[in-house]
Amino acid sequence: MFISKKKLLATAGIAATTLVASLVTVAAPAAAAVDCAPYASYGKHTGKTVEFNTSILDPEKSTFQKVWKDFETCTGITINFTGTNQFEAQLPVRVAGGTAPDLAVFPQPGLLAKMVETGKVLPAPASVVANVDKYWTKGYKNLGSVDGKFYAAPLGSSLKSLVWYSPKQFAKNGYTVPTTWTQLTTLANRMAAKKQTAFCGGIGSGGATGWPATDWVEQMVLREHGAKVYADWTTNKVKFSDKRIKSAMKKVAGWMQNPKWVGNVKKIATTTFQDAGQGIPTGKCMMLQQASFYAGQFPEKNIIAADGDVYAFYLPGTNPKVKTPILTAGEFVGAFASRPEVAAVQAYLSSAEFATAKVAEGGWATANNGVPLFKYKDPIQRLSAQYLSNKNATAVFDGSDIMPASIGAGKMWTEFTAWFAEGKSIAAVTKALDAAWPKS
Amino acid sequence: MSGFIATNLPKVTSLFTAMAAFFIILAVIFVIAGLVNGKKARPIALVVFLAPAIILLLAGLVIPTGRTILFSFMNPNSDGFVGFENYAWIATDPGVRTVLFNTALWTILTPLFTTALGLYLAVMLDRMRGESIPKSLIFMPMAISFVGASIIFKFMYEYRDPGDSQIGLLSAIVQAIGFGPSNWLLVKPLNTLLLMVVFIWTQTGFAMVILSAAIKGVPTDVLEASALDGATGWKLFRGVTFPMVRTTFVVVLATMVVASLKLFDIVRTMTGGNFGTSVLANEMYSQIFVQFDAGKGSALAVMLFLSVTPIFIYNIRSLRRERSNK
Repeated sequence: MFISKKKLLATAGIAATTLVASLVTVAAPAAAAVDCAPYASYGKHTGKTVEFNTSILDPEKSTFQKVWKDFETCTGITINFTGTNQFEAQLPVRVAGGTAPDLAVFPQPGLLAKMVETGKVLPAPASVVANVDKYWTKGYKNLGSVDGKFYAAPLGSSLKSLVWYSPKQFAKNGYTVPTTWTQLTTLANRMAAKKQTAFCGGIGSGGATGWPATDWVEQMVLREHGAKVYADWTTNKVKFSDKRIKSAMKKVAGWMQNPKWVGNVKKIATTTFQDAGQGIPTGKCMMLQQASFYAGQFPEKNIIAADGDVYAFYLPGTNPKVKTPILTAGEFVGAFASRPEVAAVQAYLSSAEFATAKVAEGGWATANNGVPLFKYKDPIQRLSAQYLSNKNATAVFDGSDIMPASIGAGKMWTEFTAWFAEGKSIAAVTKALDAAWPKS
Repeated sequence: MSGFIATNLPKVTSLFTAMAAFFIILAVIFVIAGLVNGKKARPIALVVFLAPAIILLLAGLVIPTGRTILFSFMNPNSDGFVGFENYAWIATDPGVRTVLFNTALWTILTPLFTTALGLYLAVMLDRMRGESIPKSLIFMPMAISFVGASIIFKFMYEYRDPGDSQIGLLSAIVQAIGFGPSNWLLVKPLNTLLLMVVFIWTQTGFAMVILSAAIKGVPTDVLEASALDGATGWKLFRGVTFPMVRTTFVVVLATMVVASLKLFDIVRTMTGGNFGTSVLANEMYSQIFVQFDAGKGSALAVMLFLSVTPIFIYNIRSLRRERSNK
């Protein structure tokens, strides 16, 4: 009796839902006047579903869904957003098991290369190639390519070559934002003379302790020796013990391990990167080299703007021969299916229209230079985009993400932590890293 | 709530189906085994009764051990043999030397200190009025996991610049006395000792309770007889009580040795193995799951396995001996 009653209820429920759904379908065109003209080129794919598998979670997830809602309505495609913080561990399992997602958002080129090895990743369709050629610099296309073949279009990007500071504190002390390395060091010396801590620092990050230090070294390798040496370094053609890498590390030592500027050097090792910049708004320490995403670490009461409580400036280059060096990070969209609706979503995600709509939601930047800078909601993202989309910039990707995981997500963290915490010598650190580089 | 039931009902149903199927299969096997008569009855019964245990033992212990040993002779991806290269790395790498040294420190200092302290407390609190209260208090940290205890102690060792208000208890005390606080977890080898404190804090209660039970097991007439003979205090303890709880003492000690040999959580939570505090189990984890080197990780696992085994054998033997004595 109970079951039949339940069944009855369920049937009634389904009937009601269908009724409502049919009403909505009828009412939709009249109510929300979506202009479908911009989406006409993507075709009609009524009733089709595309899985978009990523490590992106809420609240970022909902802005994606908000931005592509019109696209979904006009093309009839449902984009099934599946976000998991275990993305990097699960994707290889899914691919090996034959249940690969239609689209995967690779957080780093290394994972893309590993998946291309399986032969399951499909080369980018012509429409995506056209978009990427049009909107991105060659460097970004190369990052989405494996062995010269282009697979994945860039999605979001973040700029790592930023220095966070407090405009209010700078104004109070009469400091100006430095635009060259010499100006930066002069400024740091002025701060030191006033008994201020010029640079904040923190490399603590639980199991990933040490990663901010890898960023600092990457910044200096790129700034001192350019993109070629940097690229060779990430593939171990240039060894860690190479004198150029050592000289870059010395440059870092003279900066972030300079007691005159940072105070207690060893404390950097036990300070978490989240805590490191908390002293900026109050002037406890003045500057912190961190990526654009560090904006999220400041309490909401701190206004992030050029005249606010915190803001960032571009970390200047050190070698005039290397033009506007920037260190970036970001995601790339690769496909495991070639169905027309998948290609349509891929093309849409690599378009300037999508990127323009997305940046207006804030908290996100792209290297897509088809996006007008004034469309950016957040000043900090606009600043990032200004460098990310700069065609003359020497842009490279976060090196520790390109190196084998055993180095980039392992030994480099621990060795650089020992360098800061235990004063391990550069010679010993580089020797250990070269020895740990996987043979094969 | 009804939604929860609706989504999980199929799971529960399939669980019960699987369990029912399992019992049906078992019943069928037992019935068949029961039907067999004559000469073959005994061997078949042996197989039927031993099979589940043997299968579980194989799947859960023998095969994984074999695979780990095999992997320890292979490259990081476990698809090519490298001979003794991984063991050579253990023997020569300076980083691993620190790890082995730390592990040795842990296995020597922690068990001795924990067990000795446990014994001391057991003796001191024995037959005290209201002895259950201090005992319960000392035993309580046992209920906290190593990770929980590590987080607590991480806050106790927290360091802020001198002059700032210290949020770490240790730094605050030191500053109040008038010394500058130190970045505790960075100072070698003090940091390893400070990590040991966490272990001792959680495990002393366990040692105390077991030893206290053993002390209570010492017959009163023996104690009275020795008291009549003039043994008191230290003499009574050394000559009578301790020899009678010696076996228990050794078993507790051995348990602590094994626990500190395979210690992982405290180091992982408090320092992540940085600052020269890494131990064997932590290094094994890092090699396999952070640096994806199954070869070196397995070699470390084999090392750990080999060093734990003799203690286990000793432990089981002394337990057996004690049982046969009684």
